[in-house]
Amino acid sequence: MSAPTTHRTAEEIGRTAAGPRPLPPLGETREVPLPDVTATTMPNGLRVLAVHRPGVPMVEIRLRIPFAAPGEVADTAFTARAELLSSTLLTGTATRDRVGIDDELASVGADLGVAVDPERLVVHGSGLAEGLPVMIRVLADVLTAAAYPDTETVRERERLVERISVARAQPRTVAREALQRKRFGTHPIALEMPTGDAVAAVEVAEVRALHTAGVVPRGSTLVLVGDIDPEAAIATATEQLAGWTSAAQARELGPPPALVTGDLELVHRAGSVQSQLRLSAPALRRADPRYAAFQLANLVFGGYFSSRWMENIREDKGYTYGAHSGVEFVPGGAVLGVETDVASDVTAAALLETRYELGRMTAVPPTPDEIDAARRYAIGSLLISLDSQGGLASTLAALDADGLSIDWLRERPVRLEAVTPEEVAEISLEFFTPGRFTGVIVGDADVVGPRVRALGGIAGGTA
Amino acid sequence: MSAIELHRSILPNGLRVLLVPDPATPVVGVAVHVDVGFRSEPEGRTGFAHLFEHLMFQGSESLEKLAHFRHVQGSGGVFNGSTHQDYTDYFEVLPGAALERALFLEADRLRAPKLTEENLRNQVDVVKEEIRLNVLNRPYGGFPWILLPPVLYDTFPNAHNGYGDFSELEQASLDDAASFFDTFYAPGNAQVTVHGDFGSGGGVDGVLALIEKHFGDIPERPTPVRPSFAEPIPGTERRQSVPDAHAPLPAFAVGYRVPDPTTDLDGYLGHALLASVLGDGEAARLQRRLVHKDGLVTDVSASNGLMGGPLDARDPDTFTITAVHPANVDPDRVLGAIDEELDRLAAEGPTTDELARQSARWAAALHHEDDRVMYRMLGLGARELLYGRAELAYELPERIAAVTPEQVRAAAGALRSAGRAVLLVEPAADDRAEGEDER
Repeated sequence: MSAPTTHRTAEEIGRTAAGPRPLPPLGETREVPLPDVTATTMPNGLRVLAVHRPGVPMVEIRLRIPFAAPGEVADTAFTARAELLSSTLLTGTATRDRVGIDDELASVGADLGVAVDPERLVVHGSGLAEGLPVMIRVLADVLTAAAYPDTETVRERERLVERISVARAQPRTVAREALQRKRFGTHPIALEMPTGDAVAAVEVAEVRALHTAGVVPRGSTLVLVGDIDPEAAIATATEQLAGWTSAAQARELGPPPALVTGDLELVHRAGSVQSQLRLSAPALRRADPRYAAFQLANLVFGGYFSSRWMENIREDKGYTYGAHSGVEFVPGGAVLGVETDVASDVTAAALLETRYELGRMTAVPPTPDEIDAARRYAIGSLLISLDSQGGLASTLAALDADGLSIDWLRERPVRLEAVTPEEVAEISLEFFTPGRFTGVIVGDADVVGPRVRALGGIAGGTA
Repeated sequence: MSAIELHRSILPNGLRVLLVPDPATPVVGVAVHVDVGFRSEPEGRTGFAHLFEHLMFQGSESLEKLAHFRHVQGSGGVFNGSTHQDYTDYFEVLPGAALERALFLEADRLRAPKLTEENLRNQVDVVKEEIRLNVLNRPYGGFPWILLPPVLYDTFPNAHNGYGDFSELEQASLDDAASFFDTFYAPGNAQVTVHGDFGSGGGVDGVLALIEKHFGDIPERPTPVRPSFAEPIPGTERRQSVPDAHAPLPAFAVGYRVPDPTTDLDGYLGHALLASVLGDGEAARLQRRLVHKDGLVTDVSASNGLMGGPLDARDPDTFTITAVHPANVDPDRVLGAIDEELDRLAAEGPTTDELARQSARWAAALHHEDDRVMYRMLGLGARELLYGRAELAYELPERIAAVTPEQVRAAAGALRSAGRAVLLVEPAADDRAEGEDER
């Protein structure tokens, strides 16, 4: 590359006559009160939370319906029915067709989406705040009178099979499925996506029956956050959703079995130019008194960019674009996920460094400086994430499902401030020891197998 | 969003400043937009603008490697950077208390980044992993933003891969980096945007004084002349196929040119609404026709702008329609149906109600984006840098609402009367990705 004019050298660019300058101190931190939450339980059993949070003239909606499969063992037929229900819920009612539903939502700038996983069915969306009554009216119609029209359901069934084939071509999906099987075996939590064959076999009548049995208010929660009057919003919801009734209780997912420590399983994916490293170990729930210390230990290990693991395998070694460790909550417990994607030729090297950094958490516990940086980040990023209607709505919905209120958020900075280096060291020793982990490595076993196996603690991987 | 005030100034060294206080939020954002994107990178150095963005995080005169990340996050903030067709942005959002620290961090690297061979090699490796993750190891990687431009455009700036070739990334030298910095990162080619809580900085005047304190002594350098990237609109259809070793289903992208938003904003916005009428929501024309009525495609979408967002690039930019479809569907049948829908819109236009619903969705989507300081700041900064009109960011809902059926009709007619690019992605049985450079 040649520049049109002469330029300074890299060395000349990197220094000035004045020399390095001192970092300015932080200014005064502003206290920001979190808004009050108005909560009520309707006669039909639906719990409603409403929050006035102005800023933009919008409202956020989250409806969470516990939607677990019956039984103790994953059932791909149930998962297939649930996925098809989720894809078809908004395609017609007794009085509105698919386009009619969308047109009515669009008239108030609203969008609704539906998602399902082994724990819950979620209807989520947002719209102009003044359109909240319209959004709830459409939502009520869908909940009480979803028709699953034959032609729509059959068409969505075809599309779902096609989309599943696309999803399974993604290495992250392959890795996620392998990890869930490894962690939770045959428990229903492990089955997040049905087979295409199981979807193709679903009858429309089965979807309608699942709606009647499972899409019920008792045990479900509706969260409304935005430029709204909470009392008026609750009154609207109570009136519009009064007709949504059922004697049944929404089905919560039972706790999965505890993780079993063991070898990492090498899963072959032919032609892969990267490998997915997915390690996992038990973690703590939010309500645990040691959760704040766990959170800080996790940040220091791999929970943010300035973590030991990221600085090692990305900024020092260049093995990866991203590396992240984080807590995932499961019924009755929590698991830590340690995840990165690396080139095939450095897969063994990246695994070695990952185990090294886990070991270092126990042998060389986080220093007071490392803990303070993590603490500032935890408190600051909480402030940023709650500074939007959507962020607040999602956080409240997740906490509520865990039996926690906004008070837990209010007190969180205080709890983080109180954590001592000794508490973090204790957590590190108990939870980050390399021997506590299990997991999977997905990649081209022909290429990565020999070096990865040589490190020990690896099973499987025959092509 | 409450009534917004924009305060503009220019430092003696040419650095543009945009200050937008918002007392309603406890957080503050600082962004530096530099007027260079991947269209400006030299031939033989594809991917260099993006690689250089990575290098700007690797330390500067007062900050060792890793210090930038540590100071932002250790102050409770988040950071990122991104490389677009015509600009590169660097930004952080932090609690208001960290405002001066953020200005210091941005100024230090705009004045004196520490460019070293070791960091260059490290970041070439990181960028290659980014490309493996987002392009080479997944189905539909780079579809359509990398794959479509070489079919629609003839000149290097518009046609080449902005992520870059592995071989060219590997050849990148420290001298390339020095030349790129001295040429494009002159203060007169950059803009600082601050948005959010100005309390700790002493209000607008105080923040401007802080910007002068930290950025003011960066010496003025010549500002590069921005070349025109204009090229003729193709008169016919151009077609190309690419194999995809990971894709289970075929896909295609159609690319058209869009009006220049600088000289024909009304025409540009007509195209933006056309994309919505075609693709947004269950009631959109292509959803109804292709997904539901004819059952030809699994998914379809339409977008005014190659990188997704409206008003994110100067001329030329690309209108795209993409679809994923079963193998037994002939793509020409789908293309024929798209043409029929465009012809219908070119003849009759959308209905007033149809357009009103799309406008309402747009307004809501823009408000939704504005609810986060980060996106609001980036929108203001990019529109100011590209068009000198930060106001566009908050005038958009009204402007979109004012678009008439006639404008959308004209946009559909324009697409049908010009040439276009068609890119076909074909699932390849071969289990090795094409073009991958494995050692």
